[in-house]
Amino acid sequence: MTRHLPLSLLILAVIAVQLLTRWTETAYYLTPLTMTAYYSLVIVGLCLLMGYAGQISLGHAGFFGIGGYLSAMLTTKDLMAFKENALIALCDKLGLLVHGQDMLGVSSLQMQPWAACICAILVTIAVAYAIGIPVLKLKGHYLAMATLGFGIIVYRLALASPLFGEADGISGVPGFPLLPGLAVSGDFSSRISNYYLAWGMLAFVMWLLGNLIHSRVGRALRAIHGAEAATNAMGIDTARYKLNTFVLSAVLASIAGIFLTHYNGGIGPSEAGIMKSVRYVAIVAIGGMANLWGALVMGALLNIMSLRGMFGTYDDAVFGAILIIIMLFAPQGLLGISLSATVKRIFRRGE
Amino acid sequence: MLLEVNNLSRRFGGLQALSDVSFSVRQGMIKAVIGPNGAGKTTLFNLISGTLPPSSGTIHFKGQAIHTLPPFRIARLGMARTYQNIKLYPGMTALENVMVGCHCRSRAGFLAGMLSLPWTQKEEKNIRGKCLDLLALLDIADLAEVEATSLAFGQQRAVEFARALAMEPELLLLDEPAAGLNIYETAEVARLISKINGQGITVLLVEHDMSLVMDISHEIVVLSFGEKIAEGDPASIQRNKEVIRIYLGEDDAEG
Repeated sequence: MTRHLPLSLLILAVIAVQLLTRWTETAYYLTPLTMTAYYSLVIVGLCLLMGYAGQISLGHAGFFGIGGYLSAMLTTKDLMAFKENALIALCDKLGLLVHGQDMLGVSSLQMQPWAACICAILVTIAVAYAIGIPVLKLKGHYLAMATLGFGIIVYRLALASPLFGEADGISGVPGFPLLPGLAVSGDFSSRISNYYLAWGMLAFVMWLLGNLIHSRVGRALRAIHGAEAATNAMGIDTARYKLNTFVLSAVLASIAGIFLTHYNGGIGPSEAGIMKSVRYVAIVAIGGMANLWGALVMGALLNIMSLRGMFGTYDDAVFGAILIIIMLFAPQGLLGISLSATVKRIFRRGE
Repeated sequence: MLLEVNNLSRRFGGLQALSDVSFSVRQGMIKAVIGPNGAGKTTLFNLISGTLPPSSGTIHFKGQAIHTLPPFRIARLGMARTYQNIKLYPGMTALENVMVGCHCRSRAGFLAGMLSLPWTQKEEKNIRGKCLDLLALLDIADLAEVEATSLAFGQQRAVEFARALAMEPELLLLDEPAAGLNIYETAEVARLISKINGQGITVLLVEHDMSLVMDISHEIVVLSFGEKIAEGDPASIQRNKEVIRIYLGEDDAEG
């Protein structure tokens, strides 16, 4: 099974990098590395949608924003004032709320991160269906424009709404106690466990998506990409497949948003911004479109460089320039230039 | 009757592409639709397969009204088609193209696909085996791993044929299966259609090539300018004055 080779390599690389940071005493690299894993989650989901199903989305930062902002808002908003509200009381009874005290010793009431996470994902699914059903009837430029519009709406809502902290965003988001002894948080002491959690999650998603693209569904998606009308005539409900893929990639973006927000302890409007969406699309293109591993490798590389501040204040300009250069000189993606033929041959044989 | 077409019409703006066409296809037969260019043959196919909705009229397949259904639902009922201008999936091998045809006869969904459950792996293996057999049936087994759109024209036709057969259809619609083929390849296609028909698959084909149509079909419908002008067995169609007139011109028919 050569198919599982890249996954094994990923796991080995993740362990090797952690050990490397330990020996070289550069543990501060673990923070951008962890963030990179979450951003990569958005990118591989978008890669499935763009590269395999052939549907572009310029609004994926919107879904990331929905996840991040909802979990941030729900876990920080003090519900003490609404304690008597029947719904809030019911949530409290069900154990969905946490009682705490703020710095001044005044007791407060917030939603459990678990409950907030599930809420955020459910809202993402609902929004993705509501947007996807009408929008996925469009093709090419029109689909790009429509998803761009969606992204702008989410960004502007986050920026305009006092509930979401306007231009300041939301800070003071608590850690997400995922398992006993393991919380998603930027806490210094849990830096290594969070690094493994993020990359472990990404590796698991890569396993899922890798299986998917080699399954009956993945074949149908590639067929839709190639010739949609002929695929419909094969008995494949093309509209449903496109929609499901759209929702799946939106949920991945949302989960990334939720976890990164808990990890960073907050979220700002730029995370939901258009430039982020453009960046995700650019990275999928650089990775070679229909190439999950290409998207992951290029995404990890560029995100690390960006998060380490290598592009300085020219960050977005660099990504724009990269997109133009890739489209002109290597439309098959950067890895596609020389490696692709040999690598593809090897993998095809292994299937 | 496997397929019943009643008073079918289709307008494109001011153009009446098909007007009031009725015919039926019995189970097990090979029926051909012929007619000069622009007679409405491909429009007829697009209406039957659901790609286009009719302006008026009805289509029944296995007793069920299908003229309001989307193409994928019609396909699932057991109708497969090929295209005049071949529509294979680029970037996929010949085998993968054929495997797409098995879609409506298999069931792994998103979740099962992602988790790669034992039964989905088994299903995938069965699909692969079945499609390799189909490629062997069409004598292109050695091309299984070649990118489909890079194949020679005749081979692409064969892949498209295999893809349609992978759907295990009861009715196979063939849109000009011999278009662009030489006489040897055409004879090969004729042999193949008869072979498939021998396995119990009903065939409805649209064709220009008279030799192919006359050799293999049991019944022929003749269209001209969107109207049915004749229907019958090959011998009677060959004798039909009206058919001779539209195919050979006025003078020859009189002489």
